Amino acid sequence: MSDRHRIRGILALPALAGFGALLFWGLSGLPPFGHYHGQYGYLINNLALPQRHATNAVTAVVFDYRGFDTLGEEFILFAAVTGVVLLLRRERGEGEAGRTGRVTSDLLRWIGALMLGVALLVGLWVIAFGVVTPGGGFQGGVIVAGAALLVFLTASYAAWHRIASESALDPVEGAGVGIYTVLGLATLIAGAPFLHNFLGPGRPGTLLSGGSMSFLNWATALEVAAANLVLYAEFLEEYVAPAIRGRR
Amino acid sequence: MVATLAPLQAGILVLVALGATAVVFARDPLRQIVVNGIYGLLLVVLFVVLQAPDVALSMLAVTTIAYPLVVLAAVTRLRSDTTADEQEQEQEE
Repeated sequence: MSDRHRIRGILALPALAGFGALLFWGLSGLPPFGHYHGQYGYLINNLALPQRHATNAVTAVVFDYRGFDTLGEEFILFAAVTGVVLLLRRERGEGEAGRTGRVTSDLLRWIGALMLGVALLVGLWVIAFGVVTPGGGFQGGVIVAGAALLVFLTASYAAWHRIASESALDPVEGAGVGIYTVLGLATLIAGAPFLHNFLGPGRPGTLLSGGSMSFLNWATALEVAAANLVLYAEFLEEYVAPAIRGRR
Repeated sequence: MVATLAPLQAGILVLVALGATAVVFARDPLRQIVVNGIYGLLLVVLFVVLQAPDVALSMLAVTTIAYPLVVLAAVTRLRSDTTADEQEQEQEE
């Protein structure tokens, strides 16, 4: 055992030296700290507000200037989760015995109930104001999914199972990517470029600003929240539920 | 625009380096998930200090919700596999 460890250590040395040299070579070529060299960032910072009525330039890039890339990202997530579902999901008998996994501590249940409300609100707020302040559909979607996960952590597996049901989540996940794509095609039909932003009447810095970005943002939030919940549901069902049911 | 490294930025960079080292030295996977969560939160603070709140939010969501759950599921699976293997070995003996 110790021999093998020693050989591994010796073999690792040249690789470590090589990577270390590459790392230092790369680091030495970086611009000095605080001296940002990208022109694109300055352009966006100056143009996002007048052009797209968005005070959060990052969201303007994600859902407008580079909205097409985000469509690709959504399909990456969709395809990844579909892959997980294909691998893990199989016909399961509903209502198997001993699957409740109820949390017995009253304190934990109360804390969970309080945190669930707070987390859900924060998630929805992060999504809704993505055009105005930091946040958006991606981050907010994960937070909403995390809030739902609190049901499993602080209530019971049975309650979680009802929330994260396949029949409810699969259509929502499909709708997320679907709405995004349809919105893009709708702009084409209207004679504008793909995913063109039709600016609405909302004043910049308010909830209604940013034009059609908000719709893409909410479509993304649906997709991300549902995709995460499907992922958690499959993992919990495959790996954690057997432990709750008791080892066979 | 920050031209030089402020004490706050230097401090959090040192903490991030320490956190990353701690993750590597936490050998038990379960403990590593917790240490990695703390390391992730340090990164969140770093991104906030470097004025990148959007990245900080993404990091926060991924490091505290999505990543630990997936790793926990994998650890649960590995542990149950190990115990099953041990049981089989015991039966063979």
